[in-house]
Amino acid sequence: MATDLRTRLGHVELPNPILTASGCAGSGRELAQFFDVSKIGAVVTKSVQLAPRAGRPTPRMAETPSGMLNSIGLQGPGIDAFLQRDLPWLLSRGARAVVSIAGSTVAEFAELAARLSDAAGITAIEVNISCPNVEHRGQVFACDAAAAAAVIDAVRGRARYDIPVFAKLSPDVTDIVAIARSCVAAGADGLSMINTMLGMAIDTETMRPVLAGLTGGLSGPAVRPVAVRCVWQVREALPDVPIVGMGGVRTGKDALELILAGAGMVAVGTTIFNDPSACARILRELDDELARRGIDRLTEVIGLAHEPRTATGRRLARNLL
Amino acid sequence: MTPADSEADAGPLQVRGTVLTVRRVDAYHAMTVVAPGIAARFRPGQFVAVAVGGPDGAMLLRRAFSIHDVRPDHGGTVEFIFAANGPGTRWLAARRARDVLDVTGPLGRPFPVPRDRVSCLLVGGGYGSAPLFALAGKLRDRGCTVDFLLGAASGDRVFGALTARRTGRIATITTEDGSLGSRGVVTDMLGQLIHDGRTDVIYACGPMPMLRQVTLLARRYDLPVQAAVEEAMACGIGVCMTCVLPVVGTDGITRMVRSCVDGPVFRGEQVRWDDVGTIPFDAFGAPGWEPAGSAASRTGSGAAAAGDRRPGSPGAGRGGRGSGAAGHPARAHGPALRPGHGY
Repeated sequence: MATDLRTRLGHVELPNPILTASGCAGSGRELAQFFDVSKIGAVVTKSVQLAPRAGRPTPRMAETPSGMLNSIGLQGPGIDAFLQRDLPWLLSRGARAVVSIAGSTVAEFAELAARLSDAAGITAIEVNISCPNVEHRGQVFACDAAAAAAVIDAVRGRARYDIPVFAKLSPDVTDIVAIARSCVAAGADGLSMINTMLGMAIDTETMRPVLAGLTGGLSGPAVRPVAVRCVWQVREALPDVPIVGMGGVRTGKDALELILAGAGMVAVGTTIFNDPSACARILRELDDELARRGIDRLTEVIGLAHEPRTATGRRLARNLL
Repeated sequence: MTPADSEADAGPLQVRGTVLTVRRVDAYHAMTVVAPGIAARFRPGQFVAVAVGGPDGAMLLRRAFSIHDVRPDHGGTVEFIFAANGPGTRWLAARRARDVLDVTGPLGRPFPVPRDRVSCLLVGGGYGSAPLFALAGKLRDRGCTVDFLLGAASGDRVFGALTARRTGRIATITTEDGSLGSRGVVTDMLGQLIHDGRTDVIYACGPMPMLRQVTLLARRYDLPVQAAVEEAMACGIGVCMTCVLPVVGTDGITRMVRSCVDGPVFRGEQVRWDDVGTIPFDAFGAPGWEPAGSAASRTGSGAAAAGDRRPGSPGAGRGGRGSGAAGHPARAHGPALRPGHGY
């Protein structure tokens, strides 16, 4: 690799900015059949909860133009099985593990953070606040600045001081910057965005909703412009906060787009379903895209699109000609 | 029956395979792709997942097809059968020789084969019969006898009727319109065939309602069934969690397992066919499964619609919910025990 791809996830340095998006890579084991999971920046696990969860009934998935709807309902084995089986496997492969956590109360999030802090080797915690808050009529934490802050505050309080805590933001809000601000004020070391957008599909043959869960999360290239907008807005407001950008990234060029908008790291999600080796490919493509523009260090271009035609920008653009 | 060879020697591959031929076979298409690694690793019952629409296309989800046959020519080829009834499969049907496809495989657990020389009945519905012919070859190699029972809506939808008649000791065909073989569905003839063939084991692949019926009938004769399920999948490799169905483990606990990596072949009696498309209340991690008073058991909001959804879907014909193999008849399936939705 010609370019220095190192990037910072809070105070932790990653060798490169490509991550898996939570829920699209399990705990890395399945993808390891297709590429070396230790070669990407980090594996972000499927959201872990305290108790095992069976998830939603099927059908759980619907293909939509350049995207898909999913309504999995966070099926997973729970934290005990994760710590016993999945995390040790991931670490034994030399992969960096970013553990996504999900809960339905603030206390559950806090307990998960404490349990993970007792385990060795975790690179960071990503807090999936796009869960319904059972203590508040099922209102999604990520859609309410105070509820989001309460979760982040509790997680930051219980997580070991040297484990960065990232808040995963939902695009289904009126003002994502307001949520981002309150998460950072509550102690988030960084922000991940975007989670899926709520969508729905109806089968015109059966005349019923396609998904058993009725609504589902929309992901894939269809949502990429929304991701770029969210990353841009948050970077504009909070230029010093590290951002993991995600949403419809399919190529190295797509990853570069999010980096230019302000993401220091880029997660690959739905594309993995289409191409199980996508993370390795996108990393290669990103390296090529940067080299082709004569860029020596990834950090040079993070958020570069915000700068009005700087000398750097003009030089980099000229390199392409 | 032992799953003696259930662990693959090597994992699946992702390859760029060159299309050798695409041909019409009655109502279906047969596509042959050069994929030496997949052909070498293949065992009957496994499947491939094919990316459709090209790298810039709008269709993101792979299409899963059970492997019909592998051949040694061109270093190794893989053939699968599909019905061109959606945009993805129509795109596939329009491929020509020398086009290149992104194929992952072989995926899933293969059919376990018996150690002893037994009498096997292979039951296929529609093009679900596709994986049965490679299985038949393997069974005959081991000295087993092979009978076929194939059925479909009409004659042109019975895949492999000729091969079955040529190679099966007994071959019975049923069609719903009577255009080939006897009029009816495969399960009408199952009892007769079990008697005639002195069947020891049943292998089945086809629509879920057929697999459910075959399993029910087989239980009457105390015969083991190995059923390959057809569930909608997005990835085929075990990460997307969309293809789950309730399966009872050897420990008696029902789990929502992935049909792509834990299947597609299951022991028929372990699948809770009546509960496919639901989360049984006693499934591992179901809302009703959790210790009383915990948070998740209180999240059943507004799930009343779950019972009457999908009126025209293949699963709609199921009845007797809760009569599954696990045998927990006491508790009612109230809406509050079903998962909530809306996030």
